[in-house]
Amino acid sequence: MSAAASPDTPVVFIEIRDGKATAGSLGLLAKARVLRGTAGAVVCGPDAGAVAEGLARYGSESTFVADIAGIDASLGQAQVDVLAMLVREHGVRTILFENSVLAADVAAGLAVRMDGGVNWDLQDLALRDGALVGTRYALDDSLAAEVGWIGELQLAVFRLGLHDPVEAPVDGRVVRVAPALSGYALATRIVEVRGSSADGPSLATADVIVAGGRGMRDRETLLLLEDLADALGGVVAVSMPIVDRGWYPHSRQVGQTGLKVRPRLYLACGISGQLGHRVGMEKSGVIVAINSDPTAPIFGICDAGVVGDLHIVVPQLTRRIRAAHGSPSGES
Amino acid sequence: MAIKIIVCVKIVPRASVALRLDPGTLRLDRSGPTEINPSDTFAVEEGLLLRERVGGTVTVLTMAPEAGRESLRGALAMGADRAVCISDPHIEGSDLLGTARVLAAAIASDQPDVAIFGAQAIDGRGSSTAAAVAEGLRQPLVSGVRTIDVVDGHLRGGRQGVTAEQVLEAQLPCVVALAGSTNVPRYPSFRDIVAAKKKDIETRTLADLGVAASSVGIAAARTSVLALAAPPSRRASGEIIDDDGNGAAWLEAFLTARGLA
Repeated sequence: MSAAASPDTPVVFIEIRDGKATAGSLGLLAKARVLRGTAGAVVCGPDAGAVAEGLARYGSESTFVADIAGIDASLGQAQVDVLAMLVREHGVRTILFENSVLAADVAAGLAVRMDGGVNWDLQDLALRDGALVGTRYALDDSLAAEVGWIGELQLAVFRLGLHDPVEAPVDGRVVRVAPALSGYALATRIVEVRGSSADGPSLATADVIVAGGRGMRDRETLLLLEDLADALGGVVAVSMPIVDRGWYPHSRQVGQTGLKVRPRLYLACGISGQLGHRVGMEKSGVIVAINSDPTAPIFGICDAGVVGDLHIVVPQLTRRIRAAHGSPSGES
Repeated sequence: MAIKIIVCVKIVPRASVALRLDPGTLRLDRSGPTEINPSDTFAVEEGLLLRERVGGTVTVLTMAPEAGRESLRGALAMGADRAVCISDPHIEGSDLLGTARVLAAAIASDQPDVAIFGAQAIDGRGSSTAAAVAEGLRQPLVSGVRTIDVVDGHLRGGRQGVTAEQVLEAQLPCVVALAGSTNVPRYPSFRDIVAAKKKDIETRTLADLGVAASSVGIAAARTSVLALAAPPSRRASGEIIDDDGNGAAWLEAFLTARGLA
């Protein structure tokens, strides 16, 4: 009956976005193999079948697929029904997630349903004396906590952006599962999808990103950032407070609830560097920070930082760069 | 239609207080002054706005030690109709499961049409408490939304993705998890603050809710903190200078030296 090689085989929750597996969830397949030498996967939604075909390439030996009607890739509750079935009928005991709204919903719902333990925001997961031990940073990353599980079902939710896909082809098999879906899971539906303004060049592939945050005085400050981005051949991004203020579209937001980026240069202006933002940008090549608060956490992860007023430093920097390159649009 | 709204808030150490862990229990030291989690004040505001649009009542609900209950007055001053604090010594040490059991029991006893939770993005837990409570109540979940409304007896929520915006719709009663905020929490007037001091804050114990002590707290936890240590520094911090008028020149030199400008 059991499709997983053994109850110890970690099963990775593969999240589908825009019809494809997210890079971070694919990356967890490599983590599972490091941990136990073997990996499984579970994938839900209308595109699950097609996505599942590609998972053996990343090391999934057994992939559970749920593509029955009623399961939406971006709604969690019906996916809890799927994972609960894997726990009950296929002996799955360890499930790895990369954090997201969906992953949090599924992990939390499954924990309650099956009386499982869920540890969040993990940086790492290791085996010690046969038991799983997770590492999580606490108090704004000033402390590392080692966390464990009590009981059989172990759910591990990793911080966003830690794992990249690694190709490790295996002979994988695909197992279709079709649980009965809970009535309340079916009571939430997506009734409308609107394409958002996919404006300007892509953040995900940008070489240089000039990002603005809470420290921006007003909406017009964005013009200063756009000017600097133009001089550096980059694009502008923002942190969550700026989207909340309605100053810039969500499609330009970097961080936990936005995009994860990895440009060669990330210039953070008026961004304090709270955890929710850092997870979206801390793998950038070079990080430069301009902030008036010398205690801002961003100064703890930057390669160069200026404690000062971005409204003064940014336009000065733009003028200097334009002058050095003789750009015709320079003001000086 | 008038609806019954519950907003679940977390009482946390006041933002001006440096956080510390109790070395004995390895848990957050909550003995100092407290306030409603700032991100949850957006949820309170969202509840008040919804009440203004469709009519009804707003109850703020929290689970906190006795000392934290007074913090709920902040939400009463904003305009909440009722405040309920669940306090019980057995709750201490609860992980997600215990927390969700207690909140679900309190919500079930009040039977609201909508239970709203604020964003928890800061600690990387997403909408986990809301999702756990929805599962406990066996109610539909509308998570990751920035706007909500009640239309034709259904709750509608707008979820902004990076490439698209989804509109979610659920039957009432349901649980809502906000992903952030589009509102500006109202600032209570002096008169409202004074009036809130006279309002009653209801308290509930586990016995009131019919929750067994053995199903919460450390006894029911399925996770544990094993040890604490200093984190490895992941990224050596570079040079930081004060802008004395030469900050831009210094940055330009830094970028040029690395071929970035």
